[in-house]
Amino acid sequence: MTPTLEVLEAGPAVTVQDLGRTGYVAQGLTRGGAMDRLALYEAAALLARPVGAALEMVGMGGRFLSTVDTRIALTGAPMSANIEGRPLDWHGTHLLPKGQILEIGGVRTGAIGYLSFGGGIAATPMLGAQSAHLAVGLGTILKPGHDLPLKTDPGGPEDLRLPPDNRFLGGEIGVVASLQSHLFGAETLESFTETRFLRDARANRQGIRLNPDGDGFAAAGSLRVVSEIIVPGDIQIAGDGAPYVLMCESQTTGGYPRIATVLPSDLPRVAQAPLGAEIRIRLLSLDDAIKRERASEAAICGLASRIAPRRWDPRDMADLLSYRLTGGAISATADPFEGDEP
Amino acid sequence: MHWSLRMSEYPKIARVGLSGVVVTFGESLSDPANLAAIAFRGAVDTQAWEDVSETASTLVSTFLAVDLVAVPYDDIHARLTQLLATRDWFDAAPPPGQKLWTLPMCFDPEVAPQIGEVATEAGLSEDDARRELINAHTRIITLGYAPGQPYMGLLPEIWDIPRQSNLTPHVPAGALVIAIRQFVLFTAAMPTGWRHVGQTAFRPFDPDRAQPIMLSPGDDVRFAPITAAELAALDAQDSLGGTHWEPTP
Repeated sequence: MTPTLEVLEAGPAVTVQDLGRTGYVAQGLTRGGAMDRLALYEAAALLARPVGAALEMVGMGGRFLSTVDTRIALTGAPMSANIEGRPLDWHGTHLLPKGQILEIGGVRTGAIGYLSFGGGIAATPMLGAQSAHLAVGLGTILKPGHDLPLKTDPGGPEDLRLPPDNRFLGGEIGVVASLQSHLFGAETLESFTETRFLRDARANRQGIRLNPDGDGFAAAGSLRVVSEIIVPGDIQIAGDGAPYVLMCESQTTGGYPRIATVLPSDLPRVAQAPLGAEIRIRLLSLDDAIKRERASEAAICGLASRIAPRRWDPRDMADLLSYRLTGGAISATADPFEGDEP
Repeated sequence: MHWSLRMSEYPKIARVGLSGVVVTFGESLSDPANLAAIAFRGAVDTQAWEDVSETASTLVSTFLAVDLVAVPYDDIHARLTQLLATRDWFDAAPPPGQKLWTLPMCFDPEVAPQIGEVATEAGLSEDDARRELINAHTRIITLGYAPGQPYMGLLPEIWDIPRQSNLTPHVPAGALVIAIRQFVLFTAAMPTGWRHVGQTAFRPFDPDRAQPIMLSPGDDVRFAPITAAELAALDAQDSLGGTHWEPTP
């Protein structure tokens, strides 16, 4: 029998997401894939397998039952989670025994949690990827009663943990100038980098709106700009002057001018900024941006070396409540990648 | 770091974030710039550069997906400059193998509510505007924004109307929308600043259809006017919406 994950209950936006599809931009299809790609790399490191598809859970998880024993990894934004009432530490691996119910509740900080499996998900690829691309009608939001095929878990350690990251609270976002930045004029561009933004409720897999604490921004003649290629991270200024960071399911082209582009390594921070979180923009030179991207790539390569056994097993703890509070806490200042560089 | 504000003559090479490069053939859409972009994309594809992961043509540009963290921008810039110098791209011919598509389209305000607004923008009566749009004969200048979604143009000068400044929150799949001398035919419902003037049962992208994407840049398009009742009947059938094609004469 095929190993299966049964969806008993699901939050409003639970989908299968991998790294998305490439090669379709010419036909109008963007990459799609996980909003927080780093969460997939974290899961791959924890489960000691290649990066692959996970359940992306926006805001709320669900109740799940596996027909086989499988390791799971919980990454991305920390959520309350338990197996048959036994609380689970986030940013780590656990064994989900056959027939037991995994319950994942609301997000504690950040926006999007990820549930990965030891052997991975065996959904049929569509146009070369398992990712649901909701904007174009590929794949679907998971509902109760949905059966998701899993691959057999080869097995491995069930109690590993990564130190929590600090990307779940908003913060500074690195950007580079892009092909339309010059349309805005020097004064507008300066003011853009000096403005504080709050993440708006208008956010989905296509884009995330940032509300400026002052005036909006405008390009000269911006309503007549010729439609041009979009890449993930482009910051589009719509007609009312507020920026949208275009995310993985954005369009391939668009006519609203783009003021700058978020560094790929900072897109997970944008995706995970909770509602109302403060975002600040930092403009980087091309050289500095490339340095930051290389440091981020090195940190991803070094994830495996940061994995450790959990220091305390909740099953051994007398006071489960205090453990859960500690386990869910995120440091606003600690940089988990700091000191990782040679 | 200061924002770099520079302009130069076309064709112009520019960086797209850290993910690629565009070669742009004009400040605004024109047939020569569009055809140059399509032809230059073909030339880049012929080069088969290993560090270019995919290419596309947009309205007036050729896009190359390149990881600029791994590939120095100066290096790809030099290669593109050299390739641009090999010919005059502005006299490129349309791509081979064009089709002439006939799309059944309803221009009734009941299903396409902004015909009156665009008539005002264009300085026409509503009846004249509808007649002009029904008889429009355009070419697919790019697929983009969403899968298989055609941009069609160029319409006569009177249709050089701007996008509205606020997004319409929901325009349905199959909507024909208009701005800046172009139509777009929506593959899926979406918010837009373009104005909704027609409605068809044809879906430019249907993942469940034998051929999910049927239109190609360079194809010609005309409309066959239908009533709202005919539209509803076609909608109930399939995602082809009564659309058919013949070789471009």
